[in-house]
Amino acid sequence: MSDRVNLPHLPHLLHQMIRIRQFEEKAAELYSSGKFRGFLHLYIGEEAIAAGVMPSLNADDAVVSTYREHGHALARGVSMNSIMAEMYGKVEGCSHGRGGSMHLFDISRKFYGGNAIVAGGLPLAVGMALAMKLRPSSQMGPSTSLAACLFGDGAVAEGAFHESLNLAALWRLPVLFLCENNFYAMGTALHRHQAETDLALKAKGYRIAAHKIDGMDVDAVEKATREAVCKIREGQGPQFLELQTYRFRPHSMFDPDLYRDKSEIEKWRAHDPIVSYSTILKKQGVLDDAQIEHLEAKVREEVQGAVAFAESGTFEPVEMLTRDVYTLEASK
Amino acid sequence: MTYREALRLGLLKALESDPRVFLMGEDVGAYGGAYAVSKGLYERFGPERIRDTPLSENAFVGAGIGAAMMGMRPIVEVMTINFALLALDQLVHNAATLRHMSGGQISVPLVMRTTSGAGRQLAAQHSHSFEGWFAHIPGIKILAPASVEDAYGMLEFALYDPDPVLIVEYASLFNLEGHLPEKAIPPVNQALVRRAGSSITLVTYGAMVIKALTAAEELASEGISTEVIDLRSLRPLDMATIVTSLTKTHRAVIVDEGWKSGSLAAEIMARIMEEGFYELDAPVERVCTLEVPIPYPRHLEEAAIPQPETIKAAIRRVVAHHV
Repeated sequence: MSDRVNLPHLPHLLHQMIRIRQFEEKAAELYSSGKFRGFLHLYIGEEAIAAGVMPSLNADDAVVSTYREHGHALARGVSMNSIMAEMYGKVEGCSHGRGGSMHLFDISRKFYGGNAIVAGGLPLAVGMALAMKLRPSSQMGPSTSLAACLFGDGAVAEGAFHESLNLAALWRLPVLFLCENNFYAMGTALHRHQAETDLALKAKGYRIAAHKIDGMDVDAVEKATREAVCKIREGQGPQFLELQTYRFRPHSMFDPDLYRDKSEIEKWRAHDPIVSYSTILKKQGVLDDAQIEHLEAKVREEVQGAVAFAESGTFEPVEMLTRDVYTLEASK
Repeated sequence: MTYREALRLGLLKALESDPRVFLMGEDVGAYGGAYAVSKGLYERFGPERIRDTPLSENAFVGAGIGAAMMGMRPIVEVMTINFALLALDQLVHNAATLRHMSGGQISVPLVMRTTSGAGRQLAAQHSHSFEGWFAHIPGIKILAPASVEDAYGMLEFALYDPDPVLIVEYASLFNLEGHLPEKAIPPVNQALVRRAGSSITLVTYGAMVIKALTAAEELASEGISTEVIDLRSLRPLDMATIVTSLTKTHRAVIVDEGWKSGSLAAEIMARIMEEGFYELDAPVERVCTLEVPIPYPRHLEEAAIPQPETIKAAIRRVVAHHV
């Protein structure tokens, strides 16, 4: 989106991943120094998914996300300034400061949150896709739009996941289900909470075309998403991608990370999506070290600018507290 | 004209007048509606707009929210308020919160219809009244039609509202006879005095309105003049109408088919203390469902829920009370 200006496609994917990484490293630092509170769920390690998914989506498509969504929002084109201000709880935040880290919303980007009830976003995406399908008969013009729904492997255990997949398949709705399988539902390993750990297979059980993708490989994610989106727009109904990935950091800033071996983390770190992709781009002669450093420096500036923007923002007056509970009037 | 027919005519009018409107729920289509409210609509509007769903309350209520966010005007029917508990997460965490949580960027013009109330020997999983639970939640509005006029007219108000509205219908009122309103019904956020009186104010809603009116008529021969207020809107509550009545009667009884503990009746009582305490000449009483799961046998079910006799007894006690 806005940051694609003057950047060819391949460096764009790297650029987005670096933006997410640097934003989150700064967020962790700010959180630790007490600049803001609440929950902070870092996406570090999973950047290839957000960066790889978003380029295939149109401005008219809807995106529904989770509480680990800074990366999704950034890659979707929500401004870094407004996301950082949201972390600070400032009025300039993308959700007016009301949502915080877990509830980023930006309707201008059709970014519908930031849902912190696991699997809570899936029914919404189904309904958005239903509206898109029904629109022609309601004279609002034909639509090839789709609803892209991101959720984690933990969501697969929820009833809402199964109900939503069934509905989407039954009604052949334009939903792109994007399962970010990082192999842990908070601290519970996938094999400890699922009898069947093949998540794509579950989608196939609902007659939804499903593929397992290496979620550490931004090219693979980009290609798989592009193909799935194309099928949805052709009217082939919902598609499901199981994107296998790993979070390098604990579940949240409160998590002592006692449930997994350091060696496992190190094994995955060896597949760091940013390092891997930088290596590929260098090997292909698309970018050299100096250009990558330039990219990183540019992002550092953007992050610093976002922090400055957030710090200089304003807190909403307490008098406004009860606004926006209802649209029309203050109803008790 | 019955309450059921009025509900159907209201749906028909909405579907005819706004292409964004569609009805979705369990057995609303081919079956004709569990209570035959939507009978004939499937044949007339087709399966896209009269949309049968699987038994997936959480997903199809959530889908209604998603469709509403995209500019449609879904009417989602949940067969009974007991099953609506399966959709509580979507209602509370999405429908009711999205506007505030997004800083005012999102409206959820969802209409959800469901039925409530006991009285048909359906036992402890089909007879409870959870309106009070839903009324606890800021961000949604709740309407309870207790007349043929409101059964017909409230839907239009709900669809016009940019926020989520839950319409609670009463299975025991489906055969209630009445007339369609000749003009627009009074605004739905206003409680209505269904029967004027001077001795005592009886505040109630839903199916209990009919029992309250029966009790009030019977007490007239005893010289007790009972004013019956039909709340109509359970959230927001129209306290002004209640307090205005109290300035005349100075006594009140609240009738609520929910359980007494933590009930809507408790809320109204508390607000009378806050807003009308100095009008009172006697302690306020409540007639609520006894604190048991609703039993199957007719005599026990009848004993569990408010009846004209128990309402009359409460009114007599409050009227007889002198400080």
